[in-house]
Amino acid sequence: MTDLSTHSLDSPPDLRGSGGNADRAFRGTSYLAGGTVLLVLGLITFTMISRSTDALSHMGLDFFTSKRWNPPGESYGILSYIWGTVFTALIALCISVPLSLGIALFITQVAPSWLKKAMTYVIDLLAVVPSVVFGLWGVLVLSKNIKGFYGWLSSTFDGVPILGTFFGDNPQGRSFFTAGIILAVMITPIVVSLSREVIETTPSFEKEAALALGATRWEMIRGSVLPHSKGGLVGAVMLGLGRAMGETIAVALVIGSATGQITLNALAPGNSMPAVITAEWGEADSLKKSALIAMAMTLFVMTIIVNVIATSVVNRSMKKSRGV
Amino acid sequence: MALDANETLTEVVAPETASPKTVFDLQELEVHYGSFRAVREVNLQIAKNEITAFIGPSGCGKTTVLRCLNRMNDVIPSARVGGKVLYHGIDLYGAGVSATEVRRRIGMVFQRPNPFPKSIYDNVAFGPRVNGVKSKSELDGIVEESLRGAALWDEVSSRLKSSALGMSGGQQQRLCIARAIAVRPEVILMDEPCSALDPIATARIEDLMQDIKSRFTIVIVTHNMQQAGRVSDQTAFFTTEVNASSDRRTGVLVEFDKTTTIFSNPADERTEAYVSGRFG
Amino acid sequence: MNSTLAERPLEAPLAIGDLQMRRSWRGTKSQLMVGMMFVAFLVILVPLVAVIGTVVTRGGGIVFRDFPDWFTSEIPVRRRAVGPGMGPAIVGTLLIVMFASLLAIPLGILGAVYLHEYGGQSRPAQVIRFLSNVMTGVPSIVMGLFVYVVFTINFGLAGVGGSLALACLMLPVVIRSTEEMLRLVPGHLREASYALGTRKGRTIATIVLPSALPGVVSGCLLAVARAAGETAPLLFTIGFVTKVNTNLFDGPNTTLSYQIFKNASETLAGPQERGWGAAFTLVAITFIFTVIARLVTASYQKRR
Repeated sequence: MTDLSTHSLDSPPDLRGSGGNADRAFRGTSYLAGGTVLLVLGLITFTMISRSTDALSHMGLDFFTSKRWNPPGESYGILSYIWGTVFTALIALCISVPLSLGIALFITQVAPSWLKKAMTYVIDLLAVVPSVVFGLWGVLVLSKNIKGFYGWLSSTFDGVPILGTFFGDNPQGRSFFTAGIILAVMITPIVVSLSREVIETTPSFEKEAALALGATRWEMIRGSVLPHSKGGLVGAVMLGLGRAMGETIAVALVIGSATGQITLNALAPGNSMPAVITAEWGEADSLKKSALIAMAMTLFVMTIIVNVIATSVVNRSMKKSRGV
Repeated sequence: MALDANETLTEVVAPETASPKTVFDLQELEVHYGSFRAVREVNLQIAKNEITAFIGPSGCGKTTVLRCLNRMNDVIPSARVGGKVLYHGIDLYGAGVSATEVRRRIGMVFQRPNPFPKSIYDNVAFGPRVNGVKSKSELDGIVEESLRGAALWDEVSSRLKSSALGMSGGQQQRLCIARAIAVRPEVILMDEPCSALDPIATARIEDLMQDIKSRFTIVIVTHNMQQAGRVSDQTAFFTTEVNASSDRRTGVLVEFDKTTTIFSNPADERTEAYVSGRFG
Repeated sequence: MNSTLAERPLEAPLAIGDLQMRRSWRGTKSQLMVGMMFVAFLVILVPLVAVIGTVVTRGGGIVFRDFPDWFTSEIPVRRRAVGPGMGPAIVGTLLIVMFASLLAIPLGILGAVYLHEYGGQSRPAQVIRFLSNVMTGVPSIVMGLFVYVVFTINFGLAGVGGSLALACLMLPVVIRSTEEMLRLVPGHLREASYALGTRKGRTIATIVLPSALPGVVSGCLLAVARAAGETAPLLFTIGFVTKVNTNLFDGPNTTLSYQIFKNASETLAGPQERGWGAAFTLVAITFIFTVIARLVTASYQKRR
């Protein structure tokens, strides 16, 4: 406690101060809190790896290259699940990206401020709905009612190259495509929000330059906004990809839980890594649990890689546009 | 932020003797930001209960020197201070000196008024509270005394609990002065305190400075020469030197003397050029 | 460029017709593209309205029929049973999420304080900031398995395991949003505090954090809302019960999200209806948190 009296100068002032302990304690606690992140991530990596070794040593590289998943026979090949994860994520991107980009452009370039607020509010609402609720709706409503639409798709594109294979035979309500639709709805808010951030870094003078030359609004977007935001938008899309790959519950409910399927037929049922883990965890013995954890670790690595690349792409594009 | 250095309770270096009327004695002071030397070889003394002004063109280091006087340059990570800053004989940058203790005795008012987003009362009471004053009656007394000292009491006494952000710029700056006064410092440093204010608010603060001079030692940085001429007793004129090879400007103290001398009969021709308005 | 610009002789006076919009393909194309962007928005509205609409219509019934039953009854043990009861799940959700917040929020705020106020751009801080971003991308199922391995195997199924997993999910989100808010506090406020002889820790605690508080609170509320909706991490850590368990540390527990997941796979009307009811309750809870967060942010803007 310092005395606030005015100074007498018989002796030189005491400038040593006191009470540094509380300050040091606060600083120390903050440092510790920061370190928790390191701790948790490190622990995750360590435990995942250590628990996977059983299954990985049992299967060797076949774990990743075989599509034979037969627990009773102690054969664990996850290739078809890797395919399922990637396939549904790509379908989700194909649906979501054009929509998200359109929405983001509309919100930032076209909408008057009241509409901007309203639209942002609605998109945020989409982000708030828990994934399990999307899954519930997906399995009890969407997958039941969409079979007819799939049937139409399948017969319309029958024989057409590529699309014919994609919208293939024997469509099921619970299939890759349904999972893709649900995922698309779920990742749109994220992609929209990040795209908006990136688009808004376009400097107004670039946009005004285009308009001043007599460009229409679309030409301005195409000529100034999009080229400027390209990098960042790629990053936003990749973050959506990462999110789509990691989504568990909604996909598990609507993907159809079929094993061993590596097919381009999006209307067929299939499976993805997180879905398999949730489905088969219940009665798993220790070797199977190890295999499931190894699968989780594969998913972990895949999503981390995608996210890291995406974040650095977005950061780089933001830095460039801020002129930092 | 390199703020946490020197917070240890070790022995303070023994003071060197100096005249009791000298508050600061700067000896060969120089400041580097990284490898860039911002100001070099400053030697001057600040006397008690006087107003000392630092004037000069922009970039000449006057704010940098001011911030050395209360260790505020610690806040900038790349800043390094060389030479001695003696406060009543004790080197402020010496071993064992606590920056927080220094700042309690040597207060600062900034260029733009920066009240905390709290009430007027809480702004002024902040410093005393931090320093351990807990009793409400004591705080009330300090708040009133400080607000009177800043010529603000009459205007705000009926709304002490309202937000400080609702006041005009001039009032906010006087609030910042009251806030600084509340911790009963010996010295008040002012970094261009009126540059963000209109002429009437400026005049009120200049009057205030004259009023409180008897209780405090004031050092003011100003780019307004006339202001320096009006309020200060001593003036230090700084200018920039261009380093021919690197094209970097280093600040240097040109002349330090009584204000009347600086303005009417300066010794150095650079000083004369500046105060007569030929440059700057 | 309109080619008629070149044809005009400069001496002729300007007529209003020269400045009016010409109908051209370019203008129409622009409007078309803008229209399509708006259509994109409408397209995304469809599932939103469909989902919320179904949740409300199919779930609202069971929640409000015979009023407090939904909230007070236990979950029917026999899956085929028809009728309400999600009390244990509601209690479970609230307790587990609350405990997770108790763990994640203080740690997250202090971590952000470290990153912004002490660490700055130093190497360790950059690493931690980067890893914290990486952590936001960890799939929730991985978090669940992680907690299973380090905790559940040794201590059994319990609510606290779920809380740990949720806390791990919330932590990086809280750190990131808090750091954003700290960044918005102007530097001169900190300097004003230092100039009065205040130590750094105290400056942070009495000036910086209070200034940033509304933004920090709203960020935390959003993190809590998301945690309440999580399912995957709970599958491996909390087990399944039908009675209320208020002891997080002893014995399995259940949450709304888990119940929804279970009931979604059922083919019978009874459990399905409970699933919708649970969805209704969960959406309502998350919605309330989000609205409160919005209100807090709005009042923050007003204050400035």
